[in-house]
Order: sequence, then C-alpha cells, then structure tokens
Amino acid sequence: MELNNSKPKRITWWQKNQIKISPWIFLAPGLIFFFIYVIAPIFVSIGISFYQWDGLSPSIYVGLQNYIELLDDEYFYISLWNNLKWLIFFMLAVPIGLGLAIFLNQIVFGIRLIKSLFFFPFVISQVVIGLIFTWFYQPNYGVIAPFLDLIGLEGFSILANENSATYGIIFAGLYPQIAYCLILYLTGLNNINPEQIEAGRMDGAKGFHLFWNIVLPQLRHATFLAIVVTVIGALRSFDMVAIMTQGGPYGYSNVLAYYMFEQALSEYGYRMGYGSAIATVLFTIMMFYILFFIYRMYRNEREDNN
Amino acid sequence: MFPTPIHQRPIVNQYIYKVFLPISLIIWLIPIFGILMTSIRGLGDITAGNMWGTPSEFLLFSNLHDVFTNTPMVKYTLNSFKVTIPTMLGAVALSCMTGFALARYKFKTNLIIFFIFIAGNFVPFQILMIPVRDLTFKIGLYNTITGLVLFHVAFQTGFCTLFMRNFIKALPQELIEAARMDGASEFKIFWKIILPLTRPAIAALCVLIFTFIWNDYFWATVLIQGDHAMPITAGLKSLNGQWITAYHLLSTGSIVAAIPPVIMFFLMQKHFIAGLTLGATKG
Repeated sequence: MELNNSKPKRITWWQKNQIKISPWIFLAPGLIFFFIYVIAPIFVSIGISFYQWDGLSPSIYVGLQNYIELLDDEYFYISLWNNLKWLIFFMLAVPIGLGLAIFLNQIVFGIRLIKSLFFFPFVISQVVIGLIFTWFYQPNYGVIAPFLDLIGLEGFSILANENSATYGIIFAGLYPQIAYCLILYLTGLNNINPEQIEAGRMDGAKGFHLFWNIVLPQLRHATFLAIVVTVIGALRSFDMVAIMTQGGPYGYSNVLAYYMFEQALSEYGYRMGYGSAIATVLFTIMMFYILFFIYRMYRNEREDNN
Repeated sequence: MFPTPIHQRPIVNQYIYKVFLPISLIIWLIPIFGILMTSIRGLGDITAGNMWGTPSEFLLFSNLHDVFTNTPMVKYTLNSFKVTIPTMLGAVALSCMTGFALARYKFKTNLIIFFIFIAGNFVPFQILMIPVRDLTFKIGLYNTITGLVLFHVAFQTGFCTLFMRNFIKALPQELIEAARMDGASEFKIFWKIILPLTRPAIAALCVLIFTFIWNDYFWATVLIQGDHAMPITAGLKSLNGQWITAYHLLSTGSIVAAIPPVIMFFLMQKHFIAGLTLGATKG
C-alpha cells in the first residue's frame, strides 16, 4: 500500500483525491464571488452601524449611538409602521392570486393566451408599474379622476395625502405580485393529483369543502412559496416608493428600505452609520423569514435522504 | 382536475364563464391599455384630459421619434443590454458549477454552503448597499457597467445555485456512477454528461435573470450616476422628472422599457414558468 508499491498501474495523487477536491474547484469561483459581494458586506454593514461616517472623512466609533437615535426617530417609526402595513396588505396577493388561478384553470378556447396576459404585469419593471399608477392617481389628469369625482372626492390626491399614500403604493405593488402568485398557483393546480380529487368527489365532497380539505393541502408548496416571496417583496419594497412618492408626503409613505437609502445617501450629507443601523434592523426582521425558509428546506432535505 | 371543468357544467354556467373571462381580462389589463392608448396621443389630448376617449391624433411614431431622438433612450436601452446579457451568462456559468458541486458531492459543509447561498439570496439590498458601493469605488468601477455587472453576477449566483442544485440533484445518479466506472474524470462528467442535461434549467435561468436584471432599479441608482452607463429603468425615472406631465412621452418610454422582457417572456414562457416554480416547488 505504501511507497514501495510502484506497480505498473500507478495512481497519481490527483486521481486518488479527485473526488474530494473537485467540488471545491467547482465551488470556488461562485463561492468567492458570492462571499465578496453578498456575505461579507452583511457583516461590514453591521459593523458600520456602530460608527458615524459620511463616506469620506474617517469614521468615528459611536457604539450604540445610532440605534439609540433610531429609538427617538419619529420617521423611523413611521417607516416601520408602513412596513407592517405592507406586510399585511401585500398578503392579499396570495388569496387573490389563488382565486384567479382557480378561475383561470379551465380548458376553453384561447385560455393559454389569456393566462399569459394575466402574467404580464409580473414581467414589467416596477419602475414602469409605479409610473403608470402615479399617473393614474393624478388628481386632475389621472385615469381615476372621474371615479373620484363620482364618489365626491374631486381633486383628491391619493399619493399626496399622508393617510392614503402608502395604501396607494401598496395597491400598485399588488398588481405584479398578484400575477406572481397566480403563476405559482396555476402550476400548483396543474400538479394536483386528480385521483384524490375524484376520490373526494366520490365521497360527496363539493365546492368549498372539497377545496378546503382536499385541494388546498395539495397546494401547500405553492402557498408556502407565495407567502415567502410576498413577505420578501413587502419588506424589499423600494422601487415603488422611490418612483411614486419618494417617501412623501413628509416621510408618511416611507418604508425602512427607502428610509435607509435616503439617510445613507441623503442630499444633506451622507449618514452611512445611521443608514447601516436602519439596514441592520430591516435585515434582522427579514432574517426571521429567511431562517424559517431554510428550516423548511432543511426538513425537506432530511425527508429526501431517509 | 379542480375546479370542475366548465364543459361538465350546465350550459348556462358555460356561457357566463365565457362572457366573464374576457371581461375580467380587460379589467385586469386596464393599466396596460392606459399606457398603450396614451402612447399614441399628442400633448393636446393630455392637456384636454382626454385619457380614455378616442385619440384625436395618431402620434405613436412621432412620440417614438421624440423619445429616441430628444432623450438618451437609445443609450439607456443599449446599457440595459450591456448589463443584462453578461450578468445572465456569468451567473448561469457560475451556478452550473456550484450547483453541480452541491448536488453531486458529499462533503461535510455541503448543506451549510447551500443554505448560505439561499440566505444570501433573500437578504434586503440595503444591508449590502454601503459596502458594495464602497468596494466598487475602491476597485475603480463606480459608475461603470462592469461594476454593476460584477455585483449582479455575484448576487444572482445565489438564486441560480438554489435552482441548479435542485435540478441536477433530480438527475439520475447512475449516469455519473457509470461514467466514473469508465474512468471519466470529474470535469469530463460535468462537461459531457451533466451540462447537456441541464439545458432546460439553463434556459429557465436565462429568461428569469434577464427579466430580473433588466428590471433592476435599486442597484442602477446606487452604482451608476451618469447617462453614459445608466440602464433604462433608472433612465426612465430621470426622464420622468423632466417630462412632468408629458404623459404621452412617458407612456411611450415605458413601453420601450417593457418590450424586451415581454418578448423574452412570450418566447420562452414555458421555461420562465418552470424557472419560477421548479427551483422552489422542490424546496
């Protein structure tokens, strides 16, 4: 087995260790890249949140000062509260997407094209969606102006009102998000086991009962995914806010993602440390969902291996 | 099948369904009709508040001409392609390798590395913003297309790895065992056996990444400042500031920005949907 074993068929070191080393060679480029641009920055950001830094002059260590300031920052609370509104109302995309999927899961003439047209908003940039809805909401020129007149809200500007601005943005955001959930559920409905449905029907299950007890459990993967992407979408909401209101009026439609950007790269001077503290709070909230997602994947992996 | 196929229902229900279907589609697409209609109008209609009536003039081509000649729209569109296509190729290439490594080799940290890719894929962009911007500055790539592409490639590798790993894992293990028996090297197995089989996955990832990157707005504003490297999403936003109430131009510009991903989607719809669901329904 050892060195004196120089028989005709020589096995090189590479041949012996190929299987051990190969995965690392395949992993290296992607992993290094990902580490530099995604993993390391998370920790750097958390680090910066303990400093006061304008991005140019040397940074000053301030300990928890940025977080203490956050606790007293009215705009931080408004943003946090708006994030909560996003989380709650954005969730409507899931049941609406499911409802639409059930409505469209039929075989009639032209249904393929109709489904594609329903997916449409998901493919379009949020910038475009945001611009369209901003214009729709315009009090005088906007598309919904006649409807507002009808209900006696003549000249009402949805995005300029502190109480309605966030809802206006969320409504616009729902448009592509519903399409996303619709795609997930249509695929889910497609993969459903027809025998179970038939068996259920044999047993006299109908309508809502059939849906709730037999169909919905089979759609749990689609539901899980729809909830995950919707939560992440709600917490990541940046584009729509940036396009439609820039957090206005007076910060009343701000969300953490935009508030962070505003503070860090503000026109009144860069506050990198404070921005990082906001980002860290957002990251911590998001981490709950990420860990939940990973825990589920881990459970599935274990099931696969057993 | 759920719900009950409509042709098994009473004839009345069938008619109701067939009437309701196009109506719901029209309602759903109102925003899209809105910009399509407006893109053919002239300023006259806009200031007169004629948004839904018949356009008094047909000015689509004149609007297109305006958008393309009086603004850097051509530049923006080209920039978007220059960002999107290299990102697509880069992220897919890297993730074919990482996906293969994670799907086909057993080693201690396998699952941990896999989960790191997934977790990274979901983090809020804001937690990356300052260090990434700083890094891009330091390597002299701030305000360049290359700088933006490098970040996008790295970030998209997370999602692509998740997808590729699951796809390759579902391929039959016997193929690889047989090749190893024949003495094929690991690289040969990757290149000659795995890669040809992953073609559908590669197609799915390409469409998805194309759409994601084309529509990116956040990183385009964080890493790019001037018109010379600005992609179309950020460009449209900056034009919006100049146009103010020129909704006919805004609509035309929006349509230009939306066309490439829409074409991509219609051509590759099957792959697109497979991409959105497969990478994840397995999870």
